[in-house]
Amino acid sequence: MESQHKHLLELLKRTSDHGESNSVLIIGPRGGGKTMLLNCVLRDLLEVTDASKILLQVHLNGLLQTDDHVALKEITRQLHLENVVGDKVFGSFAENLVFLLDALKKGDRSNSRPVLFILDEFDLFAHHRNQTLLYNLLDVSQSAQTPIAVVGLTCRLDVLELLEKRVKSRFSHRQIHLLSSATFTHFLETATSQLSLPDDFPDDQFAQEWNANIKALWKDKSVKNALQRHFNSSKDLRSLHLLLMLMLSRVTVSKPFIQPADIIEASRCCMVDSKANVLHGLSILELCLIIAMKHLNDIYDGGPFNFHMVHNEFKKFLQRKSHSIHNFEKPVVIKAFEHLHELELIRSVEGSTAKIQREYQLMKLMLDHTQIMEALQKYPQCPTDVKQWAMSSFG
Amino acid sequence: MGEPDHYSYPSIFIYGHRATGKSYVIHTLLKELELPHATVSCVECVSMGLLFEQVLLSLFGTDGSALLPRSPSLSDFVRIYKQQCSESPVKQTRYVVLEHSELLRDMEINLLPAFLRLQELVNDNVTVVLLSEIVWDKFRSNTGCFEPLLLHFPDYSKAELQQILERDTHPSYTPELYSSFINILLGVFYSVCRDLRELRHLAALNFSKYCEPLKEGKVKESDAHKLWKNIEPHLKKAMQTVYLREVSSAQWEQQQQMEENETGAFKGLSAYAHVELPYYSKFLLIAAYLASYNPARTDKRFFLKHHGKIKKTKAFLKRNEKTSNHLLGPKPFPLDRLLAIFYSVVDSRVAPTASIFSQISSLVTLQLLTQMGHDDQLDTPKYKCSVSLDFIRGISRTVNFDIVKYLYDFL
Repeated sequence: MESQHKHLLELLKRTSDHGESNSVLIIGPRGGGKTMLLNCVLRDLLEVTDASKILLQVHLNGLLQTDDHVALKEITRQLHLENVVGDKVFGSFAENLVFLLDALKKGDRSNSRPVLFILDEFDLFAHHRNQTLLYNLLDVSQSAQTPIAVVGLTCRLDVLELLEKRVKSRFSHRQIHLLSSATFTHFLETATSQLSLPDDFPDDQFAQEWNANIKALWKDKSVKNALQRHFNSSKDLRSLHLLLMLMLSRVTVSKPFIQPADIIEASRCCMVDSKANVLHGLSILELCLIIAMKHLNDIYDGGPFNFHMVHNEFKKFLQRKSHSIHNFEKPVVIKAFEHLHELELIRSVEGSTAKIQREYQLMKLMLDHTQIMEALQKYPQCPTDVKQWAMSSFG
Repeated sequence: MGEPDHYSYPSIFIYGHRATGKSYVIHTLLKELELPHATVSCVECVSMGLLFEQVLLSLFGTDGSALLPRSPSLSDFVRIYKQQCSESPVKQTRYVVLEHSELLRDMEINLLPAFLRLQELVNDNVTVVLLSEIVWDKFRSNTGCFEPLLLHFPDYSKAELQQILERDTHPSYTPELYSSFINILLGVFYSVCRDLRELRHLAALNFSKYCEPLKEGKVKESDAHKLWKNIEPHLKKAMQTVYLREVSSAQWEQQQQMEENETGAFKGLSAYAHVELPYYSKFLLIAAYLASYNPARTDKRFFLKHHGKIKKTKAFLKRNEKTSNHLLGPKPFPLDRLLAIFYSVVDSRVAPTASIFSQISSLVTLQLLTQMGHDDQLDTPKYKCSVSLDFIRGISRTVNFDIVKYLYDFL
């Protein structure tokens, strides 16, 4: 990330030292290190004492400031200009912003102080009405009024498409991309460095044994496979962090070192299908209803179904093949069906459900064929006729 | 995990079936370790302001929550949180526990991603724990969000359920008696319901009936078979009534105290749905049912005197469940068709007065018919019949009309 770091540092230095206005977008996937990069650069910038005295920072977040008025209030607050603004009423957003920036001029120096605007979740600001905040900020950055730097952080690669034409034209089109190009060895190295104990750990001998244990772990083939699988599904450092956390939670006083089995168990926990866990806890009646729905999906090629169709399938099964399932009354079956609906394993298809009776509302099954079959294998004490019914192709 | 003043993982998501002990375990842990926490149930928070107020109240006391403006936004919440943090710094991790967090998805869109990142937004050592029944895959928003640590609370197996239920023993009876009762109860209800709370409720309601023969001295404790024979039909009835909440628990207990001779029909909630309708309204309802569930081309065959037979063509024989109206649901019909069928079904001569039409609108108000289409359409209003087959059979029996003969699906 060296080049990106240098680039951003250069830009911000130009704003704070030379009073040049700039705008830049930092784009990268979630967990790619955008905030980290920005914090590093800010830290380096503020080490120079000059810059820290004159550079003002305003941090805005798209999740928190959902409206331009809220954003403006936040800017006022962060620049500590509430007293100056007082009870003034402004005609437009632009007037307000210009007033704020002018107020900064009445500082010590004759020139106005440079302001750094950091917009987190930049794409959310583009959804505001008329994109007023963005327009005005970028307008100020293009005209020579006050030196401001606008840094946007976003995870959407197509963020420029979201901007209106007038906003886009005022933007400098500078983008810094943080696309991770880590390899597997790099991944392993990061894992090692995260897990190793630092040198200033009080118990020196334990620290040495621990670090040696970590290094020995990577030599184990099954551990390497597990980590390779994780790397293949996501290069993200956050998911690595999750995996390492799960591993560490198994370390206890009586078992002070990480074993390969821990890693495999943690990996399995991360990769588990949560719906399979939910299916494990259903009652037999609910499971039979799900199998009936699966058959309906097979017969009608995934078309939506309603309760009566499912009940019909279930009754056919009871008449022909079942020995172990008792014939339940219809209201009891309806209650089981509604429980499945609450767990969101089935979902209704159409929007307005007011005019249709509950039992006739069309639903869709949110589970896959393979998920159901796997869950059946793991289901405790599943009656064999239910299993055979599931595996038979029709009826 | 780790030292109390170390930063812990920003958000944790715990999911599992109902009554698997998620809230209980979290609360016990937090109380035992005496960690500063705030618990909010999202069911109680219809607006975001209520949620914020409760969190600030639990973490910072009344002066913290008093600073919230009316109808606060998330921005206000974060700002006040930061303020309060700097005023009263705490060394340990603060925990915010949100129950029924699936409802957070339906509130503002920015609320869930913001809570997942709360540690980053307020720059404080806080962890958000989300509890829910629904899996995490359904929570993800479109551009992604901070992924929480997922933990699953597995459901109880039958043996575990038995162990747990056996713990609430009655003081005057032996534990073995209670455990055999629980065995029977699980045998009847396990294939339908695994919810610990429901099973406990059912156990509490039915235990006295189980012990009745013991109290009356007819049976000894070790006579398991007789006790089973006594309780089993009772549990089956319970499944149809109390389990479905057709009768309330108080009513159930009252009925248990009635003697066995007075076995009146259990009047559940659905029994009270049999409203007493006037004579013509019943026929109107029957006509509506026939109009909804019979295809229009078959009206000729049912309702005219000199009709041809329905040719049993291949298509007729092959009509399968796919086209059976009883599976697909009622179809809408225009008013004229309803009146035509009505006149042919009613035996006496009826004049089309306003009283007939007003009875149609009262049927709509009773929600036995549903009006389709807009209210403005005055010339051809369309209706749909929304009663079940059992209900209409009951009604037609009271007027001596055999409705099954007239239904196309039962030909």
